Formats: sequence, C-alpha cells, structure tokens
Amino acid sequence: MIGDGAHVEFIAWAYAGVAVLTLGLIGYVVWDLSRVKARLAALDKAGIRRRSERDAQ
Amino acid sequence: MSVTPDTKPALKPLKQPNWFSRLAHPGQFLVWSRYLIWPLAIISAVLFAVGLWFSFFNSPDDYQMGDMVRVMYVHVPNAWLSQFVYALMAASALGTLVWRHPLADVANKAAAPLGAVFTALALYTGALWGRPTWGTFWEWDGRMTSTLVLLLIYLGIIALWRAFDDQLKAGRIIAIVTLVGALNIPVIKFSVDWWNTLHQPASVFTASGPRMPMSLLTPLLIMTLAFTALFGLLQVVRMRTEILRRRADSLSRQAALQGGGA
Repeated sequence: MIGDGAHVEFIAWAYAGVAVLTLGLIGYVVWDLSRVKARLAALDKAGIRRRSERDAQ
Repeated sequence: MSVTPDTKPALKPLKQPNWFSRLAHPGQFLVWSRYLIWPLAIISAVLFAVGLWFSFFNSPDDYQMGDMVRVMYVHVPNAWLSQFVYALMAASALGTLVWRHPLADVANKAAAPLGAVFTALALYTGALWGRPTWGTFWEWDGRMTSTLVLLLIYLGIIALWRAFDDQLKAGRIIAIVTLVGALNIPVIKFSVDWWNTLHQPASVFTASGPRMPMSLLTPLLIMTLAFTALFGLLQVVRMRTEILRRRADSLSRQAALQGGGA
C-alpha cells in the first residue's frame, strides 16, 4: 500500500501529469486520423479518387 | 539492312521485390498494420491496469526514498522511451538516406511528437522525483541537461517537418538532422558514468543485470512494457495517418491541376 503519505502530493502530481499528457496524446492521434479520413472522404465525395480505385469501379 | 527480331538484345527481367519490400509498400502497410491496432490496444490496456495496481497497491517502499519510489514506475518507462524512440528515428533516417525506404521518413515523422511527449514526461516526473529526494526540481547536471537537449532536438525535428511542403525533400534533410542528433543518445546514456552527476547511475540496464529487488523490478518492467506497447500502438496509427495524409495531399494537388487545366 502507499506509505505514510509523506510525499503523496509529488506522487499524485506525477501520475496526474502523466495521465493528462498521455491521454492528451492518444486524443490528438485519434483526432488527427479522423481529420485525415474526413478529408479523404470529402475528396471521394467530390469524385476525386486514386486511379486504382477508379479502375476498380 | 533490316533488323530481325533475333538481333534485339534480350530484356533483363525485373528484380522481384523481396517480402520485406512488399510489406513495406505503403499500400500493403495500410492493409496488414490494421490487424495490429486492436491487439496492441488490448495488450497496452491490460499491462497498464496490472502495472498501476502493482505501483499503488503491491509495491514496497524503498528503504531510502520511501513511497517516492512509485514515481520511478512512470519516470523510468518515459525516460527509456525518450531514447528508444529517438534510436528508432535514427534507424529510420538511415532507411531514408541509404535504402530510400518508402516508409522510413513516414516512421520518422510519425515518431517525433511521440518521442517529444515521452521526453517531456521523463523531465516532468524526474523533476517531481528530484524535489523530495535531492532537494531541487532541477539541476544542470549531465543527465538532465542532455535529456533537455533531446527534447529540443525533437521539437526542432517537428518544426522542420512542418516547415517543408515537399515531404520527400524534407525527409532527406531531416534524416541528416536526426543522425546528427543521435550523437546525444550515448551522451544521455553514459552521462552518469562520465560526469559526477546528481542523477543516480543506471540501476536497470547494467552489464551485471538490474540492481534492485524483484518487488520493485516487477512493477517497473510491467509499466515499461505498457508504455512501450502504447508507443507501438500510437506509432502504427500515426504512420497510417501520415500515409493517408500524403494520399489526400496528392489527390488535392491532382484535383487542383485538373481544375486549373479545365
């Protein structure tokens, strides 16, 4: 178990900082992917596709 | 005099790409890397759950640092990743410059922000660990200063990627910058041996094995694996994003050219 709590605020700040930045990083990566996918979907909707995809249709 | 078909020089057959080249083709990478995402996410989540349980409820206090040893379980994995990610970027830089590998610069670009965050977290948790144990948040000693330099290198590489429109040209320039910056990695690693620093010497990755009891080593290794699995997951997703972004850029340029020519 966590000890006598002498340094609990340092431990709490360390874990909270890691959690915030790590979750923020995960959120950024997911947001960036969805943004690029939305851009590709908009291009596709406008009829702008790769040659291989056009040929496949 | 007419040339008969027999006198034509025979065409040399094209060399078939090997399995590694085929896997590394961006289109193929998008296909097979999809199957890595969920397994890596699940492995990472399970390891984090177990590692955090060990860190908070099943780790003894250190005889010198007391309960501050719990900060080690988030500091060391981030410090390890700060150097590991850069080593991966340096290997990618070689892939760009030597083999012109199609995914090498994608890997470099994808990894840079991840490495920067892990380095920032290593510095942040290190400062919080240092205050109660050393009496200071920061000291300009070899290990801390060289890690700060690593963070600045990461930020420089991110800025360079954003500065260029031509990503292929950027890839070659950034590969050279990355390799020059790699000189800092052995400085970080051996700074605690070369100089009389406030930071403790290596206690996990040593020639004679780890210098800590299993009760402390177990949560540390689990948390290190958890962060490494998370990095693997984020790297795969970011590489996929970068390939799709380049595809979207190429299609936008194509559309602009067609629109301009019409």
